[in-house]
Amino acid sequence: MIELRELTKHYGDTVAVDRLTFTVRPGVVTGFLGPNGAGKSTTMRMVLGLDNPTAGSVRIDGRHYRQLRNPLTYVGALLDAKAMHGGRRADHHLLCLAQSNGIPRSRVAEVLDLVGLTSVARKRTKGFSLGMGQRLGIAAALLGDPRILMFDEPVNGLDPEGIHWIRNLMKNLASQGRTVFVSSHLMSEMALTADHLVVIGQGRLLADTSMAEFIRENSRSYVRVRSPERERLLDVLNGAGVRAAAGRDGALEVDGVPAERLGELAAEHRLVLHELSPQQASLEEAFMQLTAGAVEYHARPGGPAAVPGGPPPRPAVPEGALSGGPAPGGWGADWQQRKRS
Amino acid sequence: MAVVGQVLRSEWTKIRSVRSTVWTLATAVVVTVAVGVLICTLARKDFGSMPDERRLAFDPTNTSFAGMGLGQLAMIVFGVLVVTNEYSTGMIRTSLAAVPQRGVFLFCKLLVATALVFAVGLATSFAAFFAGQAALGAHRAHLGDPGVLRAVVGGGLYMTMIALFSMAVAAMLRSPMLSLGILMPFFFLISNILGNVSATRKVGRYLPDQAGSKIMQVVAPVNDETPYGPWGGFAIMAAWTAAALVGGYVLLNKRDA
Repeated sequence: MIELRELTKHYGDTVAVDRLTFTVRPGVVTGFLGPNGAGKSTTMRMVLGLDNPTAGSVRIDGRHYRQLRNPLTYVGALLDAKAMHGGRRADHHLLCLAQSNGIPRSRVAEVLDLVGLTSVARKRTKGFSLGMGQRLGIAAALLGDPRILMFDEPVNGLDPEGIHWIRNLMKNLASQGRTVFVSSHLMSEMALTADHLVVIGQGRLLADTSMAEFIRENSRSYVRVRSPERERLLDVLNGAGVRAAAGRDGALEVDGVPAERLGELAAEHRLVLHELSPQQASLEEAFMQLTAGAVEYHARPGGPAAVPGGPPPRPAVPEGALSGGPAPGGWGADWQQRKRS
Repeated sequence: MAVVGQVLRSEWTKIRSVRSTVWTLATAVVVTVAVGVLICTLARKDFGSMPDERRLAFDPTNTSFAGMGLGQLAMIVFGVLVVTNEYSTGMIRTSLAAVPQRGVFLFCKLLVATALVFAVGLATSFAAFFAGQAALGAHRAHLGDPGVLRAVVGGGLYMTMIALFSMAVAAMLRSPMLSLGILMPFFFLISNILGNVSATRKVGRYLPDQAGSKIMQVVAPVNDETPYGPWGGFAIMAAWTAAALVGGYVLLNKRDA
């Protein structure tokens, strides 16, 4: 368990992390989401005691990182795939880390095998590709068999096979009851791997919610209906027991009723429709709207910050939907199916 | 503390698993011994034509250490690289995540590197002495002569202290280029210039290398006004090193990695 309390980091006048309070729990993959420069890496460095917080604290199972004895057996972290000496062999890199934490030497070969680097164990790491460096970094994180794992943008620069491998690895680690904390700036990536979601923007907490709830709140599907006889359309819908909400440009938005049924209703009452289009707000847009809000909050320093755990703002409606843009449903719609498969 | 033992073992793995360790230390040995032998050979040929007062002040032991001035540069490179390769490669973040007690980390790294340098430095010093004395032929000194053993062991201590001072400075500066860019000209040029210009000589002799090299002298030069002895000079060098170490520790402890 990682507990952050009012964690704050200033670099000169810049506020990188602003009073972050949240808890990363065991047994699930917690996604740490935010646009580039939101403060994700800074936060992770503070968890590891690499950067000193300006204010607030972060505790690992109730203790400061610097108080941990053999910290690699508590927390394994991959912050930067290239955080190693290029002239050192892969096995020596892991061996020096193992020795510093009293981890048996035999564990080096085990983790190298686990990440599939046994054949290059005796090669110097400067010849490694980004993906191999990433795997070696993960081997180092797993070395101490830690209960807590932290990965900063682990899929960056990986090929599809590597991405698939990391996704499965994280899910497996969480299913073993470990705490998995992984950062990304891609909502789509988090939707595939994370069970819980912490969203930050400009160093502030914007959301702390379960992934399922975030999707329920944000991937709303509805039908947009537009007619020159707006009032008659409303009467017709009311008469049929269909609730409609006002949308943009005089359109109406209807939840929970298929477009076919609405078209038939309009035809029965000889109503002219100018638009009848199923809509799906994507998670990516919900995320962008959420983090764009951070700029607003920032501009009004006196105003309240986003309520942690509160419902995120309503998603924007995709603009291109009318002109046959994105396929109905967008990428977020089939998330549940994909995850189950 | 068990942790210190673990970290020492880890730092030993680190130091033996990079190539720069071997080539810097090997260069130090070869350069120090080779230049010493060369100067000793020239001195033997020159001895007959020397004025009497220079013959009286001729120090065969110190002459065989003539390569130290050049050889110490390789030791400086070793010391700088041992510390700064953590920063230039990004390894420091991995290292400090593994050993978050930064004082322990720095202490163990410097202890392992210093022990290695002492072993190599002592071997170099003895090799330079015996090779140099062989080249001097009839004018040679013997290990049993007064002060000679101290000077030869002192040669190893001097190299060790130069390397440790470089490590401490590098811990403050973090960048290999910056550290070498300051230390190399300082020890190769500035210290020599300050020590040879009469106006600055009084200041120059308190610099770490000039004070420390006193320990390698057996016969004092003519008109020697140095206000400290061999161990006094070495203590001055050690004080410089201690100050740099404190600076390196304080900065490492409070800086973000």
